[in-house]
Amino acid sequence: MIKEIIIIALLLASGFFFFVGTIGLLRMPDAFSRMHATTKSDTLGAGLAFSALMIYRGFDVVSIKLLIVLIFVWLTTPTAAHIIAKATYNERNGESK
Amino acid sequence: MDSFLTGIAIYLAVLFIFCLYRAYKGPQAADRVVAINVISTKVTVIIAIVAIVTHQDAFIDVALIYAMTGFIATISVSKYIEKKKLF
Repeated sequence: MIKEIIIIALLLASGFFFFVGTIGLLRMPDAFSRMHATTKSDTLGAGLAFSALMIYRGFDVVSIKLLIVLIFVWLTTPTAAHIIAKATYNERNGESK
Repeated sequence: MDSFLTGIAIYLAVLFIFCLYRAYKGPQAADRVVAINVISTKVTVIIAIVAIVTHQDAFIDVALIYAMTGFIATISVSKYIEKKKLF
């Protein structure tokens, strides 16, 4: 019972953060602002969703795999945003190497 | 509980459509890359939820490979934006 309440709360929080990221992607005026809105909220939303799935599944091989996917998403999403921001900044300011 | 997880997956798929609107409309290439990156994260979560709901444990590996593919696509397009060539 308490487990299901925790899972539902984590999934609803995940849905809220994904919704905030999508609204920021649609409404923000600039590419850097859109990056700023989506990266953090998507990282947190994916973390909450994978945590909910891990709690739902219990301690298992599948849960370990979900943890690996979660760590990978947490590593790659900020890195991808940093690379996009650097490429866009260098393109606009004419510092192409 | 399975129906709630399915509902969350459908909700993420609906958000996916709005992100796809930004990928279609975006004025510059950077906006499209950001939208595709967001879509990749959402699809990873959707695949993981579907794997848990349908009890197909091998689908978790599909989610991991999809996350890797999205990251490589983002890096490739960013390099193309910055250097105007891939290699």
